[in-house]
Amino acid sequence: MLKPRFLSTAWPDRDHRVWIGHEVDRVDGVLKATGLAKYTYDINRPNMAWGKFLICPHAHARVKRIDVSRAEAIPGVRKVEIIQGEGEEILFHGDEIALVVADSEELARDGVRSIRVEYEVLDHLVDERNLDAIPRDRLRPGGRRRRGNVNQAFEAPTTLVVEGEYGIPMITHCCLEAHGVVAEWESEDRLTLWISTQNVSGMSGQVASAVEVPAGNVRTICEFIGGGFGSKFGPDRWGILAARIARELRRPVKIMLDRDHELLTAGTRPSGFARVKVGVDRETGKVLAWQSTLWGTGGPGGNGTSISVTPYIFTGIPNQSREAYNVRANVGPRRAWRAPNHPQGAALTMTALADAAAALGIDELEFFLKNVDLTDRPDVYTQELLVAADLIQWRKHWHPRGEGGRGPIREGLGISMHTWGGRPHNSECHVHIHPDGSVDVQLGSQDLGTGTRTVIAMVVAETLGLRPEQVNVQIGDSRFPPSGASGGSTTVGGVSSSSRRAATDALEQLLEKVAPSIGVRPADLKVSQGFIVDKNDPSRRISWKQACRQIGMNPITGVGRQPDPEDQPLASQGVGGVQMAHVAVDVETGIVRIKRFVAVQDCGLIINPKTARSQVYGGVIMGIAYALYEECIHDPITGRRLNPDMEFYKLPGVGDVGELIAHLMMGKVTVRTPDGREITVDYDEPGVIGLGEPPVISPGAAISNAVANAIGVRVPHLPLTPDRVLAALAQKGGLA
Amino acid sequence: MDGQKHDRRAGPPRRGFTRRAFLKGSGAVAAATALVPGSRAEAQETGPKIYGPGPVPIRLRVNGEDREVKVEPRVTLLDALRNHLNLTGAKKVCDRGTCGACTVLVDGAPTYACSMLAIDAQGREIETVEALGPDHPMVQAFVEHDALQCGFCTPGFVVACTAFALRNPNCTVEDVNRALGGNICRCGTYAGIREAVVEAARKLKGGANA
Repeated sequence: MLKPRFLSTAWPDRDHRVWIGHEVDRVDGVLKATGLAKYTYDINRPNMAWGKFLICPHAHARVKRIDVSRAEAIPGVRKVEIIQGEGEEILFHGDEIALVVADSEELARDGVRSIRVEYEVLDHLVDERNLDAIPRDRLRPGGRRRRGNVNQAFEAPTTLVVEGEYGIPMITHCCLEAHGVVAEWESEDRLTLWISTQNVSGMSGQVASAVEVPAGNVRTICEFIGGGFGSKFGPDRWGILAARIARELRRPVKIMLDRDHELLTAGTRPSGFARVKVGVDRETGKVLAWQSTLWGTGGPGGNGTSISVTPYIFTGIPNQSREAYNVRANVGPRRAWRAPNHPQGAALTMTALADAAAALGIDELEFFLKNVDLTDRPDVYTQELLVAADLIQWRKHWHPRGEGGRGPIREGLGISMHTWGGRPHNSECHVHIHPDGSVDVQLGSQDLGTGTRTVIAMVVAETLGLRPEQVNVQIGDSRFPPSGASGGSTTVGGVSSSSRRAATDALEQLLEKVAPSIGVRPADLKVSQGFIVDKNDPSRRISWKQACRQIGMNPITGVGRQPDPEDQPLASQGVGGVQMAHVAVDVETGIVRIKRFVAVQDCGLIINPKTARSQVYGGVIMGIAYALYEECIHDPITGRRLNPDMEFYKLPGVGDVGELIAHLMMGKVTVRTPDGREITVDYDEPGVIGLGEPPVISPGAAISNAVANAIGVRVPHLPLTPDRVLAALAQKGGLA
Repeated sequence: MDGQKHDRRAGPPRRGFTRRAFLKGSGAVAAATALVPGSRAEAQETGPKIYGPGPVPIRLRVNGEDREVKVEPRVTLLDALRNHLNLTGAKKVCDRGTCGACTVLVDGAPTYACSMLAIDAQGREIETVEALGPDHPMVQAFVEHDALQCGFCTPGFVVACTAFALRNPNCTVEDVNRALGGNICRCGTYAGIREAVVEAARKLKGGANA
């Protein structure tokens, strides 16, 4: 912004918000619910060819011979591309060997089935759960950190030492819309790419270099995406191959991954296992020392869970000694998975701390309240712990560990806490006000289902005094001004800042045009419910339509950017969250049911509580999924993934998630602590902060803690399947 | 769960996701099939019919219209709808009858379109999510209760939920929890779905669509 402003971009205060902070239906809800929203998978182009991959069935192998001649001979098969041919070493089940492009999906499958490959099968490692059993050449150091003196702390007579092992296995994203692409060349050097991506503005450049055309000649379109969760930032092999082969065949090419291929190849969340030793003061209940050995895998490259998240949140523990190892395993390679590293950090830390609380014989809630000063945001966590405790009726339902009754159904409560950044990403927005009064907002952003379109419409409507449905939000196309990729909860801060500034800029120009006709200075005008009004004499006003008629031939265009060094910040980062689970465990069958799950979350100024709450519910349900059901299962003998499908890669249904309560911390909140202190936090003050990641972090730990509270023994590894629950009970000596 | 009241009063035959058409269809599949010439029932009387190999012309009745397509006999109803009729509301996700994203009504019964061959759907009444339209109470309830995020499972859910709600006008959240496990959502929209179905069921019962 070079010219001086007479309007402030500052978010309106609570009493002057028309849309922000109010519940607004998502603007694209009807399109999605009626099946009219077009996803990449739904794009059908005239004369389109289909691509299907042949994938490697072995965890580790070398391609000895590959014969594609029979595939090439099938009428309707147009292209067989060998991706990894003779001599190539394949490092995981599901990696691509060849691609067949044919006139129909069925013919492409016929082609894939006709390819003959001879493999030399090599040694594999797919089970990384036991650190001592992993060959040394498969381990890579993941760092060491020391602070204070753990040995001295552990040896002090007042210290209670608690040891345990915890684990959280590899899972996948399982986006319901598989990864995929439709590529079509308009001319020799102009490509249109429909691609299921979280990164509309960043895609064209990645593809352009591979097909040797200028980035500006590649148009990326993704109006709707059927899930990404961190796995859809790049063009991937299929994106590049579709573009290349579409040019060669001079016809559009569509490649969507089959479900098995999707689950094997298109991203995993690294596993994390840890041996943990915690020292707590018997008198005060304060955590004094933490020692951990962490290991895990993110696929053939290693890259397991980061050492930075053990211990999680309680980073102020005065004495720490920790080490980490990355395991190079023959399993699907990692990709960012919603809140990278944090769910593992919570599952390995909050469990160990809850075990310490149980060993001390004190209430888990009391224990975490005592230790919040070891975190970065003690006031926020104290408030959230107390609010969550009320919602789950902690004082009514809590009992010491294992004292959950004598019958076959044992109930228990558990807690976990989490944090996330959620800083705003870079974003540019253009707001066009047309002479007919219509408003277009353009950003090269994307709506992952988080409600991005709706948030943008609300911000612009708030700024211009209109209704959200009067604002036409255009995203999902690289022809619009660039916005960052949607990852790490960075979108809402980025796009709300840029669209607020762009709308303010456009409004200033409009007010300058119409001020003379009202006979006032532009700065004396404001917008209100479809009118432009004289602040000093509200009877002097003109309607939005009348005002826009004075624009002239060309629309007004307002430009807004994030960041904007000339303007105040409108978004920031850093949130907390507390979750509590109330479970019922059948100690005869080992089945865990969620009775009630409470999520208390802050995320700065909330634009749309309706979609924000949905993000929290969604994160919690995804968390319940990996706490109780989800897991990539590998056959140790053959190294194959056993469940690359949706029958045995278990996700919960509507009846599996219990009663859910999402509570958003909004505005100024005052909470009185049990010891009579009053704590006040203004949650709106930091501006807008992203929310996608945080609510998915805690469910694993909260549910594991609740199960331990119910049955009196820790089930060390997630997911808490019946066999694991029964095994833990057996280890303890049978039924509790 | 099985609280439907069969409405057998005479009336003009109705298409679409109406309570009457739905109950009629689901209650009397055989009768409905017999009404349609060239139906599967008729084919069975004259012995098994051989289709293919290679694309064969078939006629599908979709959303009240007869549509001619040429598909290989191995093509599923889902692929015929999506790839040949450009009705892409039903989604392909698991492609083996687990997730429910491809749910359509076949003779009024919610059916995984990925698990039925297009040739077997001849002579049957197929209704897809596209038949509902923006004003349908279930669509409205999904939006109002924010029962959708990325939206990829949503069309399948909307169809399955509509079929369920028509049968169970007085359903509770508990009923929804028990009955609608055949559809999977990855974004985690179940809280909104529960509320949406219970509310829409009441509106469908009393509303103009009944």
